[in-house]
Amino acid sequence: MAAGNGLLHRRAFLAGGGTLAAAFTGYALSDTAAAQQLTDDSWSRGRGALIPEYASPSAFEKGVARTLSNPRGEPRTQHARTPHHLLNGTFTPNGLHFVISHSGAPDIDPATHRLVIHGLVRRPLVFSLDAITRYPLVSRMHFVECGGNSAPMFSNEPVQAGVQAIHGLVSCAEWTGVMLSTLLDEAGIDPGATWIIAEGSDSMALSRSVPIAKALDDAMVAIYQNGERLMPGNGYPMRLVLPGWEGNMQVKWLRRLELVDQPAMSYYEARTYAQVLPDGTAYQFYFLQDVKSFITHPSPGLRLNGPGFYEISGLAYSAGGRIAKVMVTADGGKSWAEAALQEPVHAKAFARFRIPWRWDGSPVVLQSRAWDEAGHVQPTRAEVVARRGQTKAPVTNLAAFPSQHYNGPTSWAVETDGNVRHVYA
Amino acid sequence: MPRRHDGPQRHRDTEKIYLKPLCLCVSVARESAIAFGIAAMMYGGVRAQSPNLGTPIAEAEVAGWDISILPDGTGLPPGSGTPAEGATIFAAKCALCHGPEARGGTNAALVGGAPLTNGIDTAKTIANFWPYATTLFDFTRRAMPWQAPRTLTSDEVYALTAYLLSINKIIGAQDVMNAQTLPKVRMPNRDGFRPRFPEMIP
Repeated sequence: MAAGNGLLHRRAFLAGGGTLAAAFTGYALSDTAAAQQLTDDSWSRGRGALIPEYASPSAFEKGVARTLSNPRGEPRTQHARTPHHLLNGTFTPNGLHFVISHSGAPDIDPATHRLVIHGLVRRPLVFSLDAITRYPLVSRMHFVECGGNSAPMFSNEPVQAGVQAIHGLVSCAEWTGVMLSTLLDEAGIDPGATWIIAEGSDSMALSRSVPIAKALDDAMVAIYQNGERLMPGNGYPMRLVLPGWEGNMQVKWLRRLELVDQPAMSYYEARTYAQVLPDGTAYQFYFLQDVKSFITHPSPGLRLNGPGFYEISGLAYSAGGRIAKVMVTADGGKSWAEAALQEPVHAKAFARFRIPWRWDGSPVVLQSRAWDEAGHVQPTRAEVVARRGQTKAPVTNLAAFPSQHYNGPTSWAVETDGNVRHVYA
Repeated sequence: MPRRHDGPQRHRDTEKIYLKPLCLCVSVARESAIAFGIAAMMYGGVRAQSPNLGTPIAEAEVAGWDISILPDGTGLPPGSGTPAEGATIFAAKCALCHGPEARGGTNAALVGGAPLTNGIDTAKTIANFWPYATTLFDFTRRAMPWQAPRTLTSDEVYALTAYLLSINKIIGAQDVMNAQTLPKVRMPNRDGFRPRFPEMIP
């Protein structure tokens, strides 16, 4: 056995270990399948439903939905959080991709949308969507995470909430678009340009400043999301994708890129996404979404149905590249086992980790920690708090953002009745 | 003076010649052909092997979208406003959400602010946090009023900016804000920041 409290070797079911694992878990020996006589179900005895032009999930899956912070569109930000505890795999379905919109999604006509590149360039250029679509395109898997994702973890007491409320502001998709470096090359970058101001065509014309080096490294003007055109809330018809960087910088509904010699100090970089530190100073230009992981299965809301075999599974990702390793504990950190990573593992994308587990029915505390290929290690919560602080009073409003860029671990306590709750460990 | 808009039109009438088999490109401008050809290769001008599907556009044509204000004041439009003028505009167009005298309503108060050492979740305000006054002009102009953004005149934005700076005691009640005075306003928390990754700041 790899570690305490029933964690099994990550390949227990892969390398001919099935029989061994079955013996450990008792799963295959269960007699609960002693069932009634099988007969045809109602749906097997008649014609099925018509196949629609654009399909939606089964009506039985209607609970698999985002949670909305502002469903009536009051004059403030809207958040739609991804239900990671109800999904599996490594990509987020487009309809469930998280959205933060500060003034709603503009209803953009793709035929008249324009992207202009100007400022410190040799020749300013304007591109139609048709023109962008004709460029050599690349497809890359990347997560997008709000800088404020996981913010409830700064509470001095663990908030009683699940994965969706705590970590629902991150998603992962295959983005297809043209490399920004191609477009900038054509406009001709003036040697004096150091930053690019990216601006959307939403009603507040959201703008952020991006260092030229990132724009030339791996930035993309994306026009497809998981194979289809971008969703309206995710930037239709084009958005900036800055792999691994703060979601707010990956400007949606992109209409303007202005090359300049200083950052604009726009509202969202000078004020909103700057983080107050315990000494009263503040971080500015955090840029990166540091290495992070959390367990999605089990997690609050997913009750364990009695002792026996379960797969512990979750998500890991890092601005530093590919996830190299995820360790899981079932005894609150006393012993650890390495989880299996679903191949292929993409750089700056969700890695799905999995490890088999036999729960004996006693109280346990589950936690994961991730390492990326550049050697970055997910810090402990104590390490995060030592550097970044925590609130003085418990956070009661889950929609509040006491700070941003929490990347410590999340601990789930499994109670003897199978319920899962959030704890600090 | 920062350079933003210099020299964009010189190469609009550019033709490309493909020299095979070396796949070299020499861009030939109608004036000073050879000099530009060298410059294009040095600075990445028109790339022969790139699709080049963008349409050249003059900075003057971008002006309607070019609303960025930089911290040194670049981009600030002509016009001016005073705190008293701003108070009247605020009552008519802003108090609905931000409350009378900016004391807060359905949206945030825009006056006052606790010391940032009170805790990491201290509300970040104009008085205790914002490093540049130009951000106030930029955001007000691009995003406010929430229901009707970019309907304020430049004079109105200057006046609202002056009003908010004045009630936060950052400028005097008689001070006029315009393209010359606004960038000179020193915000109280100007030096309160550090880049998270200094090596990544250009």
